[in-house]
Amino acid sequence: MSTAVVVDPAQEGPIGHRKNVLQRFFRHPTGVVGLSIIGFFIVISLLAPVLRPYDAARDRDLRARLNPPSAEHWFGTDELGRDMFTRVWHGGRISLRVGLIAVAIAVVLGTLLGLVAGYVGGWIDTGIVWLVDILMAFPGILLAIAIVAVLGPSLTNAMIAISVTQIPRYARIIRSVVLSLRESEYVQAARALGSSPVRIVAQHILPNSLSPLVVQLTLSIGVAILDVAALGFLGLGAQPPNPEWGLMIRDGFAQFLRAPWMSIFPGLAIYLSVVGFNLLGDAIRDVLDPRLTGV
Amino acid sequence: MTTYVLRRVLGLIPVLFGVSLLLFTITRLIPGDPAIALLGQRASPAALEQLRQDLGLNQPVWINVAGVPEGGVGALFDSQYFRYMRGLLSGDLGRSIFSRIPVAQSLVQRFPATFELSLFAMIFALGVGIPAGVWAALNRGKPADTAVMAVAVSGVSLPVFWLAIIFIYLFAVVLGWLPPSGRLGVGVQLEPITNLYVLDAILRGNFVALRDVLRHLALPAVALGTIPLAIVVRMTRSAMLEVLSQDYVRTARSKGLDERIVVRKHALRNALLPVVTVVGLSFGTLLSGAILTETVFSWPGIGRWVYDAISSRDYPIIQGGVLFVAFVVAVINLLVDLLYAVIDPRIQYA
Repeated sequence: MSTAVVVDPAQEGPIGHRKNVLQRFFRHPTGVVGLSIIGFFIVISLLAPVLRPYDAARDRDLRARLNPPSAEHWFGTDELGRDMFTRVWHGGRISLRVGLIAVAIAVVLGTLLGLVAGYVGGWIDTGIVWLVDILMAFPGILLAIAIVAVLGPSLTNAMIAISVTQIPRYARIIRSVVLSLRESEYVQAARALGSSPVRIVAQHILPNSLSPLVVQLTLSIGVAILDVAALGFLGLGAQPPNPEWGLMIRDGFAQFLRAPWMSIFPGLAIYLSVVGFNLLGDAIRDVLDPRLTGV
Repeated sequence: MTTYVLRRVLGLIPVLFGVSLLLFTITRLIPGDPAIALLGQRASPAALEQLRQDLGLNQPVWINVAGVPEGGVGALFDSQYFRYMRGLLSGDLGRSIFSRIPVAQSLVQRFPATFELSLFAMIFALGVGIPAGVWAALNRGKPADTAVMAVAVSGVSLPVFWLAIIFIYLFAVVLGWLPPSGRLGVGVQLEPITNLYVLDAILRGNFVALRDVLRHLALPAVALGTIPLAIVVRMTRSAMLEVLSQDYVRTARSKGLDERIVVRKHALRNALLPVVTVVGLSFGTLLSGAILTETVFSWPGIGRWVYDAISSRDYPIIQGGVLFVAFVVAVINLLVDLLYAVIDPRIQYA
């Protein structure tokens, strides 16, 4: 349901436009909240190895099994006596990294597919649209589950599977921008002047795809973090002893009558980080395309 | 209209064909010999060969070129792929590797449980989401609006399996109000007719069972319903805001009509159109979310079944289950499109 927004480059100078967008963004309270949450997660994830080095393979303290939250263990301990606070903290590194890489792969491959489909047209376009429709026929995380079930459960395979599920969205966005611009006068003029397709794409098509891409990208990272956690929870993503949030909830579910904190804290961490990306995505959409405000 | 329906139905065929082709390719990429996986490393070569023969694993994957000299051109199609497609077209999705029960048979048995759960999740999402969205729109910019929108953002940001666990802990363990898992309590008798337990209980006039079934449905339906709830709220709110700014609403108000009538008859009826589309699209999300929800609540539907199949690497079940869900979602999307045309007479189909 992504809407392609095509900005008329003649409308506004690039610098004035950029300043205007930034001003509007910083006046948007939810955007600032979202950005702060994400900033917080990024900073603490980067600082984790410095402030609290952690080796998941060696971490266990059987004397401190299933301790409830206390001054010593803020988030309690799990069935191996591991400090949940440290594990949730380090889990952020995994979720953010996997979310970002999965989306980055999807953006690159999706953009390439969309460009080729829109620009070349003909049977190549028909083929790519068919492929995109097929991939989009699998609802939500189902395709990722099927892919990981085949590739074997691991964090890397989960990442690959999630990026495959996200490729079609980007291919669609870019293709629609290309189609709307291909016949525009300034692209035709550029072509008449002898610009190569690569130059036309780089100078005209990609800059105009930027706003819908950025909105989709921000929202996709949230979805990717949720999907990584879901695959981890199903036992198809990260494997023990990795401190991945979904996997921690899976461990916590087995113990939740005795130690509910084992599930509560990793879940809160997922929720907060995803809220951050969703608030930011909504705000960017409002700012870049005021017509869609509140949708 | 008839041409449009036909075109849409025909348009489904290449997509479903592609979906089945993709799933077939994916499952054939699995490393290792399924016969060894099934019988174990110590199985005798003769037993392994027999099983490969039974499963059709000795045949070529795509086309059987080697069979042409003996069997003629028709033998080309004597391959794993064509065998699979012939099965699909006749409704045969293969058998479970372990239980040997036909996949199609299990699907028919389990789908009602998933459908009932998804339906109640959707009823919850619409029943709460539409009024909340309208309320937020009527109070635009006020604290009520902010609160509703905050809940909506939360709905799409929550891991549904985590919410399910929290619900069980809170409402089943701590408060003891609702059962934590399953579809029917121990000792409650219900003779199934359709396998939709709510309907069955009503048809049988068994109100003890009906109460028990509804109590079992409550937690999973609400947990699963939070995602579409968030989408319905946002969609209703924005559609209401747009409609409320239209001239005809201003006219109705200036005529001195009661605000409630303006909202209900003039605004809401038109605002609900985009909501219908969203409801249809959300069914896909619901069915995939069902895998996670059913796993947590031990709900005997397709989601839980596919999850168990993943753990035991029962590929025919994964393949059949995923294909079935993709098919159902495609059909629901088609129905929603057609419904849209019926509700909105302005839409013309060439």
